[in-house]
Amino acid sequence: MTLRAIAEWLEDRTGLGRVIGKLLRHPVPPGTGWLYVFGSATLMAFLLQLVTGAALATLYVPAAGDAYESLKYISEQAMLGRFLRGMHYFGASAMMILIAMHAVRVFLTGSYKFPREMNWVSGVLLLALTVSMAFTGQVLRWDQDGVWSVVVGAEQAARAPLVGRWLARFLLSGDNIGGETLSHIFAYHVFIIPGLIIGGIALHLYLVLRNGVSAPPRVDAPVEIPAERAKYEALLATRGVPFFPDAMWRDVVFGTGVLFLVAACALIFGPRTLGLPPDPSLLAKDPHPDWYLLWYFALLAVLPPRLEDILIWLLPLAAGVFLIALPLRFPGGQRHPARRPWAWGLVLTGLVGVAVLLRTGIRSPWTPEVDAKPLPAAIVASHDSMVMSGAVLFRARGCEACHRVSGFGGHYGPDLTYVGDRLGDLDLAQRIENGGHNMPAFGRYLDATELQQLVAFLKSRTRAHGAMTDAH
Amino acid sequence: MTAPKPAPPALPRRGFLTRLSLGLSAIAAAVVALPAAAFVLRGMFRRVPQQWRDLAPLAQFTIGDTVQIRFESAHADEWARESAHAGAWLRRVDADHFVAFSMHCTHMGCPVRWQAEASLFMCPCHGGVFHSDGSVAAGPPLRPLVRYPVRIRADRVEIGTAPIPMG
Repeated sequence: MTLRAIAEWLEDRTGLGRVIGKLLRHPVPPGTGWLYVFGSATLMAFLLQLVTGAALATLYVPAAGDAYESLKYISEQAMLGRFLRGMHYFGASAMMILIAMHAVRVFLTGSYKFPREMNWVSGVLLLALTVSMAFTGQVLRWDQDGVWSVVVGAEQAARAPLVGRWLARFLLSGDNIGGETLSHIFAYHVFIIPGLIIGGIALHLYLVLRNGVSAPPRVDAPVEIPAERAKYEALLATRGVPFFPDAMWRDVVFGTGVLFLVAACALIFGPRTLGLPPDPSLLAKDPHPDWYLLWYFALLAVLPPRLEDILIWLLPLAAGVFLIALPLRFPGGQRHPARRPWAWGLVLTGLVGVAVLLRTGIRSPWTPEVDAKPLPAAIVASHDSMVMSGAVLFRARGCEACHRVSGFGGHYGPDLTYVGDRLGDLDLAQRIENGGHNMPAFGRYLDATELQQLVAFLKSRTRAHGAMTDAH
Repeated sequence: MTAPKPAPPALPRRGFLTRLSLGLSAIAAAVVALPAAAFVLRGMFRRVPQQWRDLAPLAQFTIGDTVQIRFESAHADEWARESAHAGAWLRRVDADHFVAFSMHCTHMGCPVRWQAEASLFMCPCHGGVFHSDGSVAAGPPLRPLVRYPVRIRADRVEIGTAPIPMG
């Protein structure tokens, strides 16, 4: 029997070729273009995560005491382990970026409007599931950052009214980090959430086929309910093109490009290096989540503490309600981005906000420089014993953890390199004693002499003094 | 050969069969899903009795010093190893009094670090600072550091395990 005969027999008994062919060639509106590729690319990234994740799971040990070592083995010794972990790591980033781009595109072109409201709602569900994959995935790295991610996640959840404590106990699987914590997060990451995502994708794709790919928006064609459906049918009947290959070639080209980029990053940079082992009693110096959650982590540092208690659960809740209510509240009207300034405003505000927070999160100026180096004599540059003692106190009493002098020290508080030009003795003494905006009151830790020494040191930090030391 | 039976009145029978199918399916689904769901969510209901953990002989602690201690939390499952460790800052106040602070910042639970010369606890995550008595000195935390129970038994210092302080 020839191959052809086999194929014909299979087709005769299953009819799959016809069905798939028909699905692939379903008519889509003309002119969809390059803005319509992000959804399929997100799907491609998900498939990449499924394959690389399944491969990694053949070696990863989801036990709290062994996971770290097994991951080290995968990254350093197992054949192709570094590459596959790298693909999975950058694939996760790609999926987060692509799903966000897809959502922004659908939002800006008003494609969520009638009759595609449920397309959008199922997409919001998939977005939430993708974020929970990102969260559980970084926990599975099970190093210091992984461990503290669960703790910080549980602490955030605990702030929610009524259900908070339950949620927190659920995330930790109890009261503390322990054996169950990692096992259950593993099950969520590899079975439960992916299962839900596959179901969600099936629903999403079914809806895309049923309601059709949205036509590129036109200023003169706002959405009319229910006339929209008939207009769409007429458009497809007169000017529709088959999805494959007329539109799909762009999906393939873009998806392949993303895949190559992920593979290149995996080869060049490799996966994220493991931090210290997952021992919660180790003093992590700077635990922080991966970039896609870092902006939110930074938000927790910059919100006013009193507001934070409420915003910490109200913001995500409000975002969820907004996203789900959006198509239900605004199912008709203009779709063209040029006529939707509010949509642009929202997107740009969101993007700028996330970018600023991300930048702040990367700098983490609030992280105390706990092992700041002592100020060298050349910078103190004084023979005055008061100034010299003050310089020693400046580091010893923790000032340097948050304040910078001539490039030494932390970033939380103002830079004090030239503070002598700005503040007088009395101001300096008062601020040190009473503290202030995010600064502890140091009055209780310093006796009168020490305070004078510190003031003398800070007083000596002037431009004139700086110029003098530079000249030496 | 038997003659075909006359068709029974369809509707009541169909109604019964519909209810039977739906009802049985629901029961079958519940038999599988309920225990599975309860098992998956068990962390919420898990109550682990807190324990006393032996630390070191009393003589090892200098009065006035604040030192980091490490012990097993109450969730010390066999396979958890170092990930079930818990940490605290222990200070010997006088001959027979100790105070132990949880190392979890009351803001987001990150590990605070005792800066002995500055007499402050500092948190790396969002810049929370606490005084030596555990009260808030600066930054986003609103509540003081949580204290763990400490006791002296037969000249050895013991610490009581506790949940990670939440909200």
